[in-house]
Amino acid sequence: MSITQIMFFFLSALAVFSAIMVLVSRNPVHSVLWLIAVFFAISGHYILLNAQFLAIVNLIVYAGAIMVLFLFVIMLMNLNKESEPNKHIWMKMAGAISGGCFLMVMGSLVRQAADFQGKEALVGTGDIGLIKNLGRALFNNYVVPFEISSVLFLSAMVGAVVIGKKE
Amino acid sequence: MTLLAFDWALLIEKLVLIAVIVFGSLGIALYTTFAERKVAAVLQDRPGPNRAGPFGLFQPFADGLKLIMKEEIIPNTSNKVLFILGPGLAMTAALMTCAVIPWSSHVELFDRKIDLQIADINIGILYVFGVVSMGVYGIMIGGWASNNKFSLMAALRGASQAISYELAMGLSLIAVLMLSGSLSLKSIVGEQMADGNLWNIAYQPLGFFIFFICALAECNRTPFDLPEAENELNFGYHQEYSSMKLGFYLFAEYVNMIMSSAVMACLYFGGYDIPFLDESTLAPNIAALLGVGALLTKIVIFIFIFMWIRWTIPRFRYDQLMNLGWKTMIPLALANMLITGALILWKAGA
Repeated sequence: MSITQIMFFFLSALAVFSAIMVLVSRNPVHSVLWLIAVFFAISGHYILLNAQFLAIVNLIVYAGAIMVLFLFVIMLMNLNKESEPNKHIWMKMAGAISGGCFLMVMGSLVRQAADFQGKEALVGTGDIGLIKNLGRALFNNYVVPFEISSVLFLSAMVGAVVIGKKE
Repeated sequence: MTLLAFDWALLIEKLVLIAVIVFGSLGIALYTTFAERKVAAVLQDRPGPNRAGPFGLFQPFADGLKLIMKEEIIPNTSNKVLFILGPGLAMTAALMTCAVIPWSSHVELFDRKIDLQIADINIGILYVFGVVSMGVYGIMIGGWASNNKFSLMAALRGASQAISYELAMGLSLIAVLMLSGSLSLKSIVGEQMADGNLWNIAYQPLGFFIFFICALAECNRTPFDLPEAENELNFGYHQEYSSMKLGFYLFAEYVNMIMSSAVMACLYFGGYDIPFLDESTLAPNIAALLGVGALLTKIVIFIFIFMWIRWTIPRFRYDQLMNLGWKTMIPLALANMLITGALILWKAGA
């Protein structure tokens, strides 16, 4: 086993374990912290694929900003074990079954999809994930979708300011 | 059998480098606490700590020993795991920045060329930025886990302050990136050292000013030390902490100061560049050592300015802080970015 393989299995185990802990934890703050661990593990996978920009942006945006917002909401609402609504057993069963169906569909999709057949991951060799190449690709080949999505972001920001503004 | 086939010498080299840099930073942080008290004393016209050892030089060790020997109190109603995790996270996030800072060029030892930088990744600045955004967690988790309304308020304040000033910091960084065309701190320093190029401060005075103010805010230094405003929040987010856990929080602030000074020196003041000296005329090892000295001198100057500000300016009110961040700093940083971009385009066209 090479270092890369050891890292891959370690990160995968960490990601799956943390994801399970997100669901199992009773305390919502613990769930958020485990979710941050999931993001770290996924960023590690990006680094193994030589997509450094994606890895660090994943950390800055998800772990650094969105999760802080989650923590804010949870801390201000003072959620804890007592205030957690007690769900009926049938609700839990229905959730488990629908979640399992979704997992099956996703699993078979990944296994069957023609795009994935006989392909190997470019571990540590591909260079499209480096910031220079990514920037070139974004501003040459995909400039229209890129601009449209940035306008979308801008309108979302304006919307947030309008909603947040006091009368 | 090649289970782990890789360059063991490289591993040893990096481990030694990491140990030296981490313990070096901690050592400097130790004496920064002493310097803080001495600078405060000078500015307030009093002698300052002068009992332990000559000129009070052993004072930081006495302080450390006191913190370790004190009783460890964990509040009954706190969340124990997170209460212990908080200071650890604060310290880890503070120390993680040192991985991408180029401390000097390279030394040649045992026929090896050893770069005095732990990792020269091509996303260096984004890494610094990511670590800065992680720094919020130490404060938030510690404040929340204490289960105390003052701590929680301070934690929320600290987090919103950090997020607000991160934006302006990022925008002022973009202007530097436009100039240097690289995100690696090493190439940014190299760019400034090249013949005919001035330090970035000459091209980016406004950008540096914004970055410096944001660095003050990110390190929770006066006039931005709202998270620990004792007149309204008792002691802020570390109110329930005692012993070495409190020490970790206080110490993390000093490590943060050192790291942000180092980043500022690299981005705007030429990093390990010695002014008016062509390093390539010297032997590489001597040049590297002189470079470390130059960077450390710049760091010390910045730390002194941090302290000078702390003991001169009173702290802001919370609404003033937010207004400054969102209504002054961000527009200024945006204007700086626009002007820089326009000038670069104009120069490229001419």
